Amino acid sequence: MERELIVVTIIGLDKTGIVAAISNVLAKNNVNIEDISQTVLDKYFAMIMLVDISKSKISLEELQNKLSEKGAEMKLEIKVQHENIFKALHRI
Amino acid sequence: MKTSSKHYIGYDFMPLIYTPEEIIETIKMIGVQNLDVRTVTLGINLRDCCDSDLDKMKEKIFDKITRNAEKLVPIANQIQSKYGIPIVNKRISVTPVSIILGSALTTDFEESKNRAKEVALCLDRAAKKVKVDFVGGYSSIVYKDMTYADKVLIESVPQALANSETVCSSVMAASTKSGLNMDAVNVAARVIKETARLTPNGVGCCKFVVFANAPEDNPFMAGAFFGVGEGESAVNVGLSGPGVIKEVLQQNEGKPLNELAEEIKKMGFKITRVGQLIGKELARTLGVRFGIVDLSLAPTTVAGDSVAEILEGIGVESFGAPGSTAALALLVDAIKKGGMMAAENVGGLSGAFIPVSEDAGALRALERGSLCLEKLEAMSSVCSVGLDMVLLPGDIATETIAGIIADELMIGVMNNKATSVRIIPVPNKKAGDYVEFGGLLGKSKVMSVSSFVPRKFVERGGKIPAPVRSLTN
Repeated sequence: MERELIVVTIIGLDKTGIVAAISNVLAKNNVNIEDISQTVLDKYFAMIMLVDISKSKISLEELQNKLSEKGAEMKLEIKVQHENIFKALHRI
Repeated sequence: MKTSSKHYIGYDFMPLIYTPEEIIETIKMIGVQNLDVRTVTLGINLRDCCDSDLDKMKEKIFDKITRNAEKLVPIANQIQSKYGIPIVNKRISVTPVSIILGSALTTDFEESKNRAKEVALCLDRAAKKVKVDFVGGYSSIVYKDMTYADKVLIESVPQALANSETVCSSVMAASTKSGLNMDAVNVAARVIKETARLTPNGVGCCKFVVFANAPEDNPFMAGAFFGVGEGESAVNVGLSGPGVIKEVLQQNEGKPLNELAEEIKKMGFKITRVGQLIGKELARTLGVRFGIVDLSLAPTTVAGDSVAEILEGIGVESFGAPGSTAALALLVDAIKKGGMMAAENVGGLSGAFIPVSEDAGALRALERGSLCLEKLEAMSSVCSVGLDMVLLPGDIATETIAGIIADELMIGVMNNKATSVRIIPVPNKKAGDYVEFGGLLGKSKVMSVSSFVPRKFVERGGKIPAPVRSLTN
């Protein structure tokens, strides 16, 4: 089955448990983390995950809802975007 | 799962890698710099809706639009959330209505005008049913001459616009191959005055535009219509990213103009790729042909989303001041050069819009006194559209409006480009007064207009012949 890659970007003040909380949501829904990276954006912490939802039972929209709920709870801004937008902008 | 030691994420053995900088840049472009897809416009051919029975024709029009566009808004919303980029407007363009209208008219002109208006109201109902914000194509193509149906349609425009919400209308009164139809321009000038009189603050005029060389695949309102050379249907996409370009300028402070043009070109490429991605996916999901990406930079009233501010970022002291036409030419050309490579088909108006009331920077320029009608006209010779969303005094003579339209359209005719006029003579307002339309239409100051009236010139009527295309000096 072909991978369907989604970029999850988490922006907020750094605190313990961010990776665990987000990974937990992903694992529960059978969303595989392909890669993970972090960077500092101005004074904020930004974690970027590349995840594969091809084996997941839930749709991209449901994943967006679940992660934004988690984001609201932890005061994090979470963006969930299909990989193609980055490919369109940055790759020929 | 693996954790990158390098600053790349994705598989090392695949070309599919994005740096965190690229991802953050994308998020900033959308979230902070207001990059969006300004409009996805579904063109629908109505030629097969002709009928000598007006009610049957209306039924066919309503059915065809609602059937074809039923899924437009839900699918556009899905794509918007999939990629995290706003698709601001979802719209419909149709075959110029005058083409199908003729079969259902009578010899009584007033009765025929009413019938035309009924078709406009039918378009309005169909647009509302599928929840699009505008339907364009209550239009007439009359650059050479007018048919009976053309005359009826154009004369019905004030009533049609005053009684509908979503219908947009346009008249193509000039083209490079045919010249300018002064008789049609005179009718259009009257229509503008009458529409202003019938709608609060003349707001109805925001939905009416007079064109030279109108593109048949333009996704932007008010001038969108689905040309006769198009097929059954197509999706056309219009982009917007003045804020993104402004960021490029800030990062290239003081650089020579050629280097700046190069950087704008690169950004033009990137933003057009977004339009290509969204348009293609939307067309595929809807099961229709993907038409074009329109490379226009369209401002909004949101701070920072302004074409005027871009020119000021390039270095012009205030929008409309000396240097503005040159800076605008650089901007438009660079966007086109970058965008053409990024999209399969480029079309529409592809340039930069300077709709005065919709651009917060243009209002400031008016307040500073750097912008006048004549400079707008000059700038329109190098960018797309022309005198767009310009507020004029309510007591302006109809002949003066006709003169302004003729001037603007001939710039397009002589330079082989689209130009247009969308002006609002605001009833009971004079130069310097403020008018607030609200929403996307914005707020502006009424501009002053020459007190000399070209009465004898416009009353001659007839045509200005098509120009010679050699000896181009």
